[in-house]
Amino acid sequence: MNRMAKFLIPLALFLIAVGFLFKGLFLDPHEVPSPLVGKPAPVFQAPILGEVGKTFNSADMKGQVWLLNVWASWCGACRDEHPVLMDMAKTGQIATYGLDYKDTDAEAQAVLAANGNPYKKVATDADGKIGINYGVYGVPETYIIDKAGVIRYKQIGPITDEILFTKIVPLLKELQR
Amino acid sequence: MKKLLILLLLALNIFFSTNLAFAGEAKPLAEDPVLEARLKAMSQELRCLVCQNTTLADSSAPLAEDLRKEIREQLRAGKTDKEVIDYLVARYGDFVRYRPPLKASTVLLWLGPFALLLIGGFGLFLQLRRRQTMAGDAPLTEEEVRKVRELLNK
Repeated sequence: MNRMAKFLIPLALFLIAVGFLFKGLFLDPHEVPSPLVGKPAPVFQAPILGEVGKTFNSADMKGQVWLLNVWASWCGACRDEHPVLMDMAKTGQIATYGLDYKDTDAEAQAVLAANGNPYKKVATDADGKIGINYGVYGVPETYIIDKAGVIRYKQIGPITDEILFTKIVPLLKELQR
Repeated sequence: MKKLLILLLLALNIFFSTNLAFAGEAKPLAEDPVLEARLKAMSQELRCLVCQNTTLADSSAPLAEDLRKEIREQLRAGKTDKEVIDYLVARYGDFVRYRPPLKASTVLLWLGPFALLLIGGFGLFLQLRRRQTMAGDAPLTEEEVRKVRELLNK
């Protein structure tokens, strides 16, 4: 019995350590959970890309579920995400808005002209202040905001088809009910 | 000759004006040394979220620069250190702090090492006590004593 324990206890400890390390393989340290999920989305006003003199006011979005995609022309991962956003826009399931983060209008407009524009409107955040207010630390990031103006989901990094179908679409169905 | 003099003066003028521009750029640092010291102390306690193992003070990532600027502006507006840190934590989470606060989700982090130390110490204590009794448990029999004497006297 004693001899068995001598063999089994280290084995059990080893297996526990393996379990933790194995779980660690699937965790991304760059995905910092946002404390803003479940909190009211910060209200902002910003110039609209390509509409000189007009201002986007996020407070006007109350009463509808909307998606805020933070992107930039200089961001490579945004280009990977772009087709998914285009597909989403085509289905018309959700009002998709963009926040052009630390970018120049000319470059952003060139990208949209070349690849297509999935956004209803794009607000511009040239100095990144709105980004800080939303806890953005890497683009692309995407927020889903409900009818009451509360952030219900944050995607860090590009939206993939898998994330779209397993997380975003079910959430939208629930929110739009 | 006069033309040359004018040219020289113009060149000097350009030289000095560019110099002035450079002096202007470095100005915010000297403007308020107390505020800059506070910013420095705070940014050494905050994590840069882009390159996660560097402090906000050491990072040259654009986001770190923006965050330092944001902190500077908020301090200048009269906010306390705690208010600024709370502002950042509300947006980026506890992860932004190098010293996470003690709360339900971080109890294991703070107390785990001490718990391991206690468990290890207890294990060591048991092991030592068992060894002591093991040594005491096996006194020599008379037969063995006789054999030892025999061997030693040989």
